[in-house]
Amino acid sequence: MTEETLKQTPLHRAHVAAGGRMVPFAGWDMPVQYSGILDEVRAVRTNAGLFDVSHMGRLFIEGPGAAAFLDRVLSTNVPKLRIGRARYGVICDESGGIIDDCIVYRLGETRYMLVPNASNTAAVTDWIGRWAPAASESTTVDATSELAMVAVQGPSAMELLQPLVAADLSELKMFNIVETSINGVAGTIARTGYTGEDGVEFFVPSGSVAAIWDALINSGAAPCGLGARDVLRLEAGLLLHGNDMDLAVNPYEARLDRFVKADRETYVAGPALRRIRDAGPTRKIVGLAVSGRRVVRQGHTIHSGGQQVGTVSSGSYSPTLDRNIALGYVPIALAAEGTPLTVDVRGNEVEVEVASLPFYSRPR
Amino acid sequence: MNPVELSYSKEHEWVRIEQDGSATIGITAFAAEALGDVVFVDLPDAGSSLTQFGKFGEIESVKAVSDLFSPIGGTITEVNDGVVDNPQLVNDGAFEAGWLLKVSLSDRAELDALLSAADYESFIAFEGN
Repeated sequence: MTEETLKQTPLHRAHVAAGGRMVPFAGWDMPVQYSGILDEVRAVRTNAGLFDVSHMGRLFIEGPGAAAFLDRVLSTNVPKLRIGRARYGVICDESGGIIDDCIVYRLGETRYMLVPNASNTAAVTDWIGRWAPAASESTTVDATSELAMVAVQGPSAMELLQPLVAADLSELKMFNIVETSINGVAGTIARTGYTGEDGVEFFVPSGSVAAIWDALINSGAAPCGLGARDVLRLEAGLLLHGNDMDLAVNPYEARLDRFVKADRETYVAGPALRRIRDAGPTRKIVGLAVSGRRVVRQGHTIHSGGQQVGTVSSGSYSPTLDRNIALGYVPIALAAEGTPLTVDVRGNEVEVEVASLPFYSRPR
Repeated sequence: MNPVELSYSKEHEWVRIEQDGSATIGITAFAAEALGDVVFVDLPDAGSSLTQFGKFGEIESVKAVSDLFSPIGGTITEVNDGVVDNPQLVNDGAFEAGWLLKVSLSDRAELDALLSAADYESFIAFEGN
């Protein structure tokens, strides 16, 4: 893809002006880093980091039939979701493969927002469109370009954001949302994130986001890029669609069981997922604690007893733990914690051990 | 930013000829900046031989791995253990504390195949476009 065709978020100018290193990502021109990945990870773990996640999709699903519609396509029980709450789920096809993971937010009696990954927004829109009822029941509107989305993450995130916000953020519980004013503009704040730290993700009209971004940086939040985001989520044991799950993976293999309600009658992936669940998965994703300094990365093969037994789906140096960590798929028989395995890193045999997830949990 | 007394390769390594005639090699600040935070450097042992432009090791950042190519041939006399223990030295001082190897040159004429600081700067300006 050429630079001309890359999409820009409403914060693009702020990224370039602040020296963000811009790279193509899922069709968008996004900052991969500002000061450096290790610095940015440290900022999020010890203070607060700011992420432009406006490249992710924002779909509004509204109407008397919206809940029943979403309940057919999402892995989670949508009618049970209360107003003001958000829930994580996956979107599976009819064979149980994972089209994407997403968060669904219930904003009102018949109004929902769905946030899929940037790279999958089109695929999700297509897939759910196949199951959409008549427009009198539910409409789907893509507001990705009208609304900006920013994550503020870290132990100081709430404190830094509070002066800009009308609502009392101390009352906002995990996976709850509040509609309030941010810097004088109507917006939505959700206590969610993808870093393993406390924090929020907020939504404001695109034209209003730059002033909020600048204000948060002035109060001490570090602007962070996609590089740090990837390290942080891996440390927190959070999966990335496209790396750690895709159409060839089902949610039981990805250890997302608790986000899958397979027994709902109208759930389009239900029959396949019930079959897979009842038969039991043959492989599963595991954490890998890596020996030595050589970085184990996506695509490297996992071996046991001279045989290839799996593939690494994500891997990185972890600055928080000062060691290398990875995720990968292995047969169930080799998935127990403590199982010794090796990974082939460009011809070098690297010792790894199945580790418990997450690699990192924030102190509470 | 690239010291004028050094010679450079198109693979972004530098070589400095010391007063005793030995050579020190490393990667350029431009390469270190492009890699980002360096987390691992794999270097051969002292006593190993190098061939000009031959692969001699690997350098990894959080996001990427790159091969290291020697700007000159010779025999390794010293490995920078500081960099092996603390790879960030490459980011902090690519031309100083972040050096990689000291080498006894096999053929000084090989230096003629390398770039001056000015030529290297033109090269990276061109490559960057």
